[in-house]
Amino acid sequence: MIVETGHYALVLALALALAQFAIPFIGARLNDAALMRVARPAAITQFLFVALSYGALTYAHVVSDFSLVNVIENSHSLKPFIYKISGVWGNHEGSMLLWVLVLSFCGALIAVFSNAIPDRLRADALAVQGLLGAAFLLFILLTSNPFARVAPAPWEGRDLNPILQDPGLAIHPPLLYLGYVGFSIVFSFAAAALIGGRIDAGWARVIRPWTLFAWIALTLGIAMGSYWAYYTLGWGGFWFWDPVENASLMPWIAGTALVHSAAVMEKREALKVWTIFLAILAFSLSLLGTFLVRSGVLTSVHAFASDPDRGVFILAILGFFIGGALALFALRAGALPVGGLFSPISREGALVLNNLLLSACCATVVVGTLYPLALEAITGEKISVGAPFFNTVLVPIALPLALLMPIGQMLAWKRGDLAAALQRLRIAFIVGVVATAAFGAWYGTPFLSIVTAGIAIYLVVGALSDLALRVRGSSGRASLKRLAGLPLSVFGTSIAHAGMGLTLLGLAATGWGVETIVAMKPASFYDVGPYQIGIDSVSPRQGPNYSEVYAVMAVRKDGATLATIEPAKRFYQARRMARSEAGIVTLGLGQVYAAIGDSHEDGTIDARLYWKPLVTLIWIGALIMAIGGGLSLADRRLRIGVARRAAAPALEPAE
Amino acid sequence: MTRKGKRLTLIGGAMAVLGLAAGLMLFALRDNIVFFYTPSELAKKQTASGARLRIGGLVKEGTVVKNGQDVNFTVTDKTSDLAVSYTGLLPDLFREGQGVVVDGVLQPFGGFRADSVLAKHDERYMPRDVADALKKQGVWQGETK
Repeated sequence: MIVETGHYALVLALALALAQFAIPFIGARLNDAALMRVARPAAITQFLFVALSYGALTYAHVVSDFSLVNVIENSHSLKPFIYKISGVWGNHEGSMLLWVLVLSFCGALIAVFSNAIPDRLRADALAVQGLLGAAFLLFILLTSNPFARVAPAPWEGRDLNPILQDPGLAIHPPLLYLGYVGFSIVFSFAAAALIGGRIDAGWARVIRPWTLFAWIALTLGIAMGSYWAYYTLGWGGFWFWDPVENASLMPWIAGTALVHSAAVMEKREALKVWTIFLAILAFSLSLLGTFLVRSGVLTSVHAFASDPDRGVFILAILGFFIGGALALFALRAGALPVGGLFSPISREGALVLNNLLLSACCATVVVGTLYPLALEAITGEKISVGAPFFNTVLVPIALPLALLMPIGQMLAWKRGDLAAALQRLRIAFIVGVVATAAFGAWYGTPFLSIVTAGIAIYLVVGALSDLALRVRGSSGRASLKRLAGLPLSVFGTSIAHAGMGLTLLGLAATGWGVETIVAMKPASFYDVGPYQIGIDSVSPRQGPNYSEVYAVMAVRKDGATLATIEPAKRFYQARRMARSEAGIVTLGLGQVYAAIGDSHEDGTIDARLYWKPLVTLIWIGALIMAIGGGLSLADRRLRIGVARRAAAPALEPAE
Repeated sequence: MTRKGKRLTLIGGAMAVLGLAAGLMLFALRDNIVFFYTPSELAKKQTASGARLRIGGLVKEGTVVKNGQDVNFTVTDKTSDLAVSYTGLLPDLFREGQGVVVDGVLQPFGGFRADSVLAKHDERYMPRDVADALKKQGVWQGETK
């Protein structure tokens, strides 16, 4: 009964989504306030119905209701409770339902936090959001019904793919979707602005918090996913340039560009057309990602099932929304008032350069991801475009970008002074050069790691010197007071840039990692970087829905044991699949990482041992970037979207 | 700077960056892509040895020979076979009869030297043309979903 309620709620949500599109849209055209007012309750109720439906599916998973195809294929009565919940989105149907849940949640967010924006903009934005919801709800109901029943119900399910049975999976997809789908808000506002024909600095103020919100969630989601791949796949890699990973990186880069161009639009009324275009692009890339992952075009751990109907359906949705938005853009962009031009040497000039470089990065990832698909479709030739391609293209674009980031921060709006900006960055330059020399002396090779690490250190120091310079000249308490008086968004920029620097440092340090593959004998120790690793014992153990062989390894330095780690090899009975559980210990900012393979009759066991210096910075940096984004989001001056009525005058352009 | 000058700077900058990116991409696409073949495609292609390739197929039953860290096995698509040698740890999902993708270099005197071996996470994630080849020969066992 609960399951049928869930299914029915989904159908009702579809009806509501259609109403949420049609009524406010007509209302906005007729300038009828009563019709436009339907948008908000419709969006909130649509969210509640989708949530009800999602809750029903979760319930079916939790009680192991094996009369549902979805539960049979992805659950097992012995599966731990947390994976029964996360297993809901560990499959195609459930993850699409989560997608729609997040989409309707975003609609509800617009409805709740939009007191301060013009009625017509709100009505149009919610109408677009409703149309998006309707398209995807229809997709679920027609091609991917998670509530399909089967009779007779089997006694046991086939269990969730073991690789997905991990705490990381409990966080990664919801966060990623919040980011991915969060850009739908910006998309809807862009479409609404194009429909209404009014685009000004006030619009930029409306979308900036939403862009930041989506960007933060996407940053955390990508970082989480990369850490999850790092410790569950057992190869010690954190990014494989898998098309599905790229699918999340493309909207992230576009979103990063959007955060910066929206700032220019807000402060200087310039880059309007470009900002609108980026707002459309960011979500279009999210849709493209959804298409790549959900259509079965790719074979990947993320692609749960391939079904041509689904592919065509998503392609149709993709074509309709991207095509529609771009057509609207083409129709209206010419009529938009052209913003002011500006001096190349200025904050906005630097941000334009940032946007250019980010666009180049984004285009690279798009080409690298789609080229093999296009080539296969046209010539039937299969190629793989991997790390060598992306490194060759992205490194020469990303390093100059990193060099320019602190300089941009130092330039003033309107008319900057390059010499003065460089002068103010001299400490950062000196520290960067010294760091490069130090890394060079310590590690020697590879050259690229050393240069990148030097630039990363310069970026961290340069990003933070902006804060230091703003309070210079006063001492002690006075400078603290001035620091506290700075707007939060200034902290946000500096901290996010410093976070980028830390991630870059972590990436650079991958060049100094040590990897050995050995057949380990008991009681002997093997060198891995500065540490020695030895096996204490190897024994079997029984888990709830798996059995495993685990090794207890001691990590030593200079004869003193620093830590013990327990890499394991698990075997999941239901799917007859094996999976590694890496043994990881964090020492300083680096990690010792061990994965075990087969054991042999002579008592040895194959193992991969890694020492990964500074590797944690990759994720710590991403976390710090997200914190920086959060600080900017919390800045009162930016809080137009979530402001009370009292803040309404803030719609005027700032400064 | 004049209005015209500013506009030219902007356009010039944009062209320079986009040109650089396009150039880098073309350069990288020429040198850094890896072709993906099944063993029977490889047999037809007469690819020169020394080329970097990616081969997908099934691990042929009864061909895995381990000697310490050295492993030899045969990748098959049930039409053609390819002998592969590899040194190192095999992935967890590597099993006889299962899908596998190997990256490496074709050797001058036949055989394939792999420097990475990827086992597909699940039989459902088998490379599509391998699945197609198997279906054609009626030896497909997976779900036809």
